[in-house]
Amino acid sequence: MADHKLVVSSSPHLRTKETTPRLMGAVLLALLPAALASIVLFGPRALAVMAVTLASALVAEGLYMKIVRKPVTIADGSAAITGLLLAFNMPPMVPLWVPVIGSFFAIIVVKQLFGGLGQNFMNPALAARAFLLAAWPMSMTTGWVVPFDGVTSATPLQVLRGMASARLPETWELLVGMRAGALGETSAVALLLGGFYLLWKGVIDWRIPGCFIGTVALVTWAFGGSGGLFTGNVLAHTLTGGLLLGAFFMATDYVTSPVTRRGRVVMGIGCGLITALIRLWGGFPEGVSYSILLMNVATPLIDRATLPRVFGQRRVKAA
Amino acid sequence: MNLWKDFSNGLVRENPVFRLVLGLCPVLAVTTALMNGFWMGVAVIFVLTCSNVIISVLRNFIPAHIRIPCFIVVIATFVTIVQMTMNAYLPEMYDILGIFVPLIVVNCIILARAEAFASKNRVLNAAADGIGMGIGFTVALMILGAIREFLGTGNLVLNGTALFGGPLFEPAVIMIMPPGAFITMGLVLGLLNAISNRSKARAKAR
Repeated sequence: MADHKLVVSSSPHLRTKETTPRLMGAVLLALLPAALASIVLFGPRALAVMAVTLASALVAEGLYMKIVRKPVTIADGSAAITGLLLAFNMPPMVPLWVPVIGSFFAIIVVKQLFGGLGQNFMNPALAARAFLLAAWPMSMTTGWVVPFDGVTSATPLQVLRGMASARLPETWELLVGMRAGALGETSAVALLLGGFYLLWKGVIDWRIPGCFIGTVALVTWAFGGSGGLFTGNVLAHTLTGGLLLGAFFMATDYVTSPVTRRGRVVMGIGCGLITALIRLWGGFPEGVSYSILLMNVATPLIDRATLPRVFGQRRVKAA
Repeated sequence: MNLWKDFSNGLVRENPVFRLVLGLCPVLAVTTALMNGFWMGVAVIFVLTCSNVIISVLRNFIPAHIRIPCFIVVIATFVTIVQMTMNAYLPEMYDILGIFVPLIVVNCIILARAEAFASKNRVLNAAADGIGMGIGFTVALMILGAIREFLGTGNLVLNGTALFGGPLFEPAVIMIMPPGAFITMGLVLGLLNAISNRSKARAKAR
């Protein structure tokens, strides 16, 4: 029994070095540019909303795990991401108690009650946003301000829909984030920076954000214009609203997006179609969050429908 | 003793809303306020008790093949009585409850108790079962209604008078909308299951 090199164990035999805290750390790092941009654009108010939301998400996670006597895993960073993403979805002038309730709803109702990390059936931050939007519509749909001068203003998507009249920002302003909008969604450059970092690191797959943004661009280009087909304002539609934030950071959530490659394409296109439908013909100016929530719910079906053929097996024809 | 068992069965052990999860349509739809839940519950108590009694009396005369239509005719009679009475004496509440009063005819609880209990048991037991189930239903509706009304309007209205001066906090409108019904129902069901699981585990440990 001198040879210890032969060890009998069950699969898997090869493990990657990736761990949950590492992945979450990468995502948090990728969210940093957008957070910084938000603080620069909207000032201390943005910092306050983010700090309060983040802290309450962590407190909610810790409290729940303490109460039900589960091992407390706040340190894995998933609650922090949920909190930060929720804060990114808030209007700058939101009363501070709104995101606190949102954090508790996201962590306790949507995530922990369904079994914790990896078991939530939809994106906790987005579900909380939808809840807040229905619960306190006034707090969640007003309070948009222009960066730096803090004057109340309509968001570009409200302007595009003709719900309000204001000057539509120039393209460079959209890229930098000089427009009214939710805290974390305005600065396209910062979001793209974080998104490409995640793509480069291999944390997320290009299929979901690519198909998502591509579909929105195509549909709004084709049907979004007033002067006939293919006259829509593509740049305004892709750079405004929560599209970049949603496509890179929320639709790609491992737990609530398909595992298969083809499934991810389906997810991206589905999100894009629903977003464009809501934006162009729906009752709301923005549809990114609802599109992602709907596709979250459809994810198990998509995964089942796009199950790849096992190597060496023939496809069994349905009888 | 047996009567008491039949009566108390519907209160907790086989509570129609929280244990049997029957008749959810009115449960979700009318529990936007405490008083709505109360009056809906009263209507159900009346219909359930009377139909249980009549069906139990007739149980040896109803042919097995056409028992469901027979039950429906009996139930519909009492629902019509409730509907007309409410329309006459509680017109505002009748307007709020609207379609859900006539829909008591097809409420699963009433049919289920007729089929599972009244048609197999004696009259007194059937009456006890009807009253118990009805009270269990009413209490459940009032609990859901109170939670939703309090969170959704920041106040509780009891018999026309508000318990608190104004809204205590900025109300979460979602709670008196349909999603609020599902969220509240889910959370209350989950909580009750957690409690009963815990007490079961404790009983086992003993």
